[in-house]
Amino acid sequence: MASRKTPLVATSWFPPVVGALTVVAIGCIIEALLRNDLPSPNTRYIIPLPSDVLLAFERIVVEEGVLTRTGVSAFEVLTAGIACVIVGVPLGVLLYRFDILRRALEDWIAALAAAPIVLAFPLFLVLFGRGSTTIIVIAFAYGLAPIVLKTLEGLIETRRVLINVGKSLNLSQTQMFWKILFPSAIPSIFTGIRLSWTFCVIAVIGVEFLVNLGGLGQLINDLAERYDMPGTYAGIGFVILVSVIFFIILEWIEKWLQPAR
Amino acid sequence: MTSVETKSRVAGKPETGQPVLIIDDVVKTFGDAEEAVTAVDHVSFNVKQGEFVAVIGPSGCGKSTLFNIIGGLLGEYDGNVLIDDERISGPHPSVGMVFQEESTFPWRSVIDNVAFPLELRGVAKSERYDRARHFIGLVGLDGFEKRFPSQLSGGMKQRVSIARTLVSNPRILLMDEPFAALDEQTRLLLGDKITQIQQELKQTTLLITHNLTEAVQLSDRIVVMTYRPGKVKRIADINLPRPRTSDVVGSDAFGHYVAEIWNDLREEASRGMQESEQVARADRRHG
Repeated sequence: MASRKTPLVATSWFPPVVGALTVVAIGCIIEALLRNDLPSPNTRYIIPLPSDVLLAFERIVVEEGVLTRTGVSAFEVLTAGIACVIVGVPLGVLLYRFDILRRALEDWIAALAAAPIVLAFPLFLVLFGRGSTTIIVIAFAYGLAPIVLKTLEGLIETRRVLINVGKSLNLSQTQMFWKILFPSAIPSIFTGIRLSWTFCVIAVIGVEFLVNLGGLGQLINDLAERYDMPGTYAGIGFVILVSVIFFIILEWIEKWLQPAR
Repeated sequence: MTSVETKSRVAGKPETGQPVLIIDDVVKTFGDAEEAVTAVDHVSFNVKQGEFVAVIGPSGCGKSTLFNIIGGLLGEYDGNVLIDDERISGPHPSVGMVFQEESTFPWRSVIDNVAFPLELRGVAKSERYDRARHFIGLVGLDGFEKRFPSQLSGGMKQRVSIARTLVSNPRILLMDEPFAALDEQTRLLLGDKITQIQQELKQTTLLITHNLTEAVQLSDRIVVMTYRPGKVKRIADINLPRPRTSDVVGSDAFGHYVAEIWNDLREEASRGMQESEQVARADRRHG
């Protein structure tokens, strides 16, 4: 019997290749439009040619110390992100455990998630000074709510039958939490972590840009102020690239911690 | 089964024929005085050592309430549920529960699911894995030890739940419609598996079900319940030969028992249906 071939669309490499080709295709379309002065000849002053942006990548790596700056931003994101997990998960558990706390605080925390905290950066500058601490604190405040809310949601949505299995086996409250509630909530907690760290990345780069301090956000600000448009877009592209790598690593960790997924 | 397990199962158990579970005049009412609903009304029967008893009745007859009372998940009730003269008011180590809904832990492999009760008791890993493997084999899931529930079918997941319950060596296996979500063929085949396990372990079993053929296929006795409030309408002896397989479904005697019990059930099921329709009409009238 002839061996059955896996359809092309079902292979693991097909989706990323399609994604990459889509980006390349969009780049080619933009290149063609700009070279033909479309939609207007002035557009090239604010949108550089994608080919120039590609060439600028080497320049920002060699001349602008982009790797060191990535290290600074990564440190700030990781510090804020880890602090969000350390504070957010127990806070979510507390809200689950004490109904009065949940009813009192859940709406406020949801409001915190929606609030544009980045805009309050002057207040944080006054409180924590012009340095990494301010950026980390803002990113922490920005990224905390999703972890708290998703931890709470994961615990609340533990299936009743699993709790009944625990009760039928006479589990203590501690055993019930560690053996059933917490493992059941882990997928939701990971969703919270992914959201939270995305917010941390946005907050860190955004505040670095706004206060012209630190890593990649400051680099983009510098390049924009120098009106180096290819460099600015290359900087933004670099942030996207780093974010993609960052979230791929996070997904690997998630898969490693949850083999059942 | 290993000799060690055989001994541990037999030791401390009453002789076959002795009641191990006594349900005596149990009443359970929900709600306050004005809007009280009696779910279980003066229900009495017992289950003997090694016996397979099914409780059958239409939806709303209090079967699941009874399951929760016997399993200790509903602590407050009138009357007595006794195991060794001890009144059940919370989960009892002698009772192992299998739930209607799929209840495997999705984050644990099959073997870790089955070994879970032993892990709670602090049994050493190698020993609990040995015992878990034995029960995985008993429910016919050899080779699936390292799989996760997401990689199994509905029937296989339910077998994992049954193995997880049996590994605790419960004196009474209490099952609430464990095959309700499965198709008829799988249900019959799992019925075979349950019969085989019950005969091998001499496992005292109480099955809550609304499936008439399942009840007759598996049971030694069937407790027929009335529609709300749930009372015992009749207790029927099923004298089909053992060892039993799903082949029994085609026999005249099986058909006779099904017809006989359906006669009792039909009236209750009709009453339940009429009442549901009245409630639906009233809801429609009140918008």
